[in-house]
Amino acid sequence: MTVVLQQAAISQISIFGVSADITPLVVMSIGLLTGSLLGAIAGFGIGLFVDTVAVQTLGVTSLLYIAIGYWSGRLRELRDPAHGLVPLALGAAATAFAGIGMTLIQFLLGVESPVSLLLVQQLFIVVLVNTLIALPVYAAVRRIIQPALPDDPRRRRRRAYTTGGLSPLQRPSERLGQIPRSAR
Amino acid sequence: MHDKQVRRRRAVLALLVVVSLILLTAYFGESPSSPLHSVQRGIVEVLSPIQEGASRALKPVRDVAGWFSSTFNAKSQRDKLQKEVNQLLAQNASLKQALIENQQLKQQVGLDDSNAISSYKPVAAHLISRDPTLWYATIEVDKGSDDGVRVDDPVTGDGALVGKVSLVAPTVSFVTLITDHSFAVSAEVQDSLGDTGVLVPKVGDPNSLLLQYLPPHAPISVTNPPLHVVTSGFKSGPLDSLYPPGIPIGWVSSANQNDLINNREVQVTPFADLRHLDFVQILTHVNAGTQRAQVP
Repeated sequence: MTVVLQQAAISQISIFGVSADITPLVVMSIGLLTGSLLGAIAGFGIGLFVDTVAVQTLGVTSLLYIAIGYWSGRLRELRDPAHGLVPLALGAAATAFAGIGMTLIQFLLGVESPVSLLLVQQLFIVVLVNTLIALPVYAAVRRIIQPALPDDPRRRRRRAYTTGGLSPLQRPSERLGQIPRSAR
Repeated sequence: MHDKQVRRRRAVLALLVVVSLILLTAYFGESPSSPLHSVQRGIVEVLSPIQEGASRALKPVRDVAGWFSSTFNAKSQRDKLQKEVNQLLAQNASLKQALIENQQLKQQVGLDDSNAISSYKPVAAHLISRDPTLWYATIEVDKGSDDGVRVDDPVTGDGALVGKVSLVAPTVSFVTLITDHSFAVSAEVQDSLGDTGVLVPKVGDPNSLLLQYLPPHAPISVTNPPLHVVTSGFKSGPLDSLYPPGIPIGWVSSANQNDLINNREVQVTPFADLRHLDFVQILTHVNAGTQRAQVP
């Protein structure tokens, strides 16, 4: 759905002369929400689909998106970032990685024509545009895949503390409230 | 337990990377009729109705976004275009006279016109999707082999060359744009000598092309009105060029004499706005030659 939406609509909307690319943002979001393994698998799948639908050399985008999904997931596993702006920074990094990586691979596969410096400028603008939309995309992905995710330990912990349920620092009587006399 | 998880994660990662590399290598080395290409074509055929539907459904969204960006540019373009219209009206009058003379002379000489643009049947097509990368490589349109479209048919948009058909399914086609790094076309500058060269893209810049391999002392300069660049086209026995002669491509926007002498190239700005194409025309050749040639 992401790829079809990107191809049929978003890639045809020009902002500052370029189009946003939500596919690396979706892969980054999946990695950040589910971990490195599922992130890498999602990156491979979405990348392969992009290559197929856009009739590009198969394997190029999937190779790049595996790295994006995996490292987004690793960030979650190693650092467990809680700041709300993490998807923003990670979205910028993912887009820059995808753009630069695509350019490098195209060169490796052989580009005989001269390359314009405008490519660098446009890459910068795409990173900027994608950074702006990273948070809504992340929120949309989280909303879609949230029901399929196992309960997030961080969220569970936060809920427990705020509702006064499971803190190990509390005595049982404090946690459970006053026990009625009739129950003794 | 943790070690097992780490091992499994690394194994899956390695497997995915290896599969990607195998696909990349296999696809890159294969011919267009190979199994991987066929599978890709099959998937494109299956997905094309979905994409077409999505494209139509999301058109209002695109139009709204397009309206905002167009409004910003419209004012600045209006005055410039008004001046151009006045110049072109004057130019048109003299060209009409030249056209009549040209037709009369052609009839007298008995030139073979079978490869002329008039022998092609244009098929109008609506753009379904666009290449998401910055390489401006391909677009997908809603006409395919059912409408007579064939691989390598020239494609025009905004009245100028925009690319050629590179993949055909029954109901959709993929067009490789003139800005794709693999694209090259033999082109002619409409100067006093009709100098010809090979037009290649400047990768990453949709507003710039390079006309290379020109004669070093060609009388090309930036003029007002600018010199136009058109496809040169040729026919030699059964061998046709992919593009008929005379399809407009762009105008000479920069012609540095040093570049012309040392690198034998000038910069050309395409007529077509490749980032805002909505409709294109595919020139289907009714009486195509048995063999077709591409430059280089």
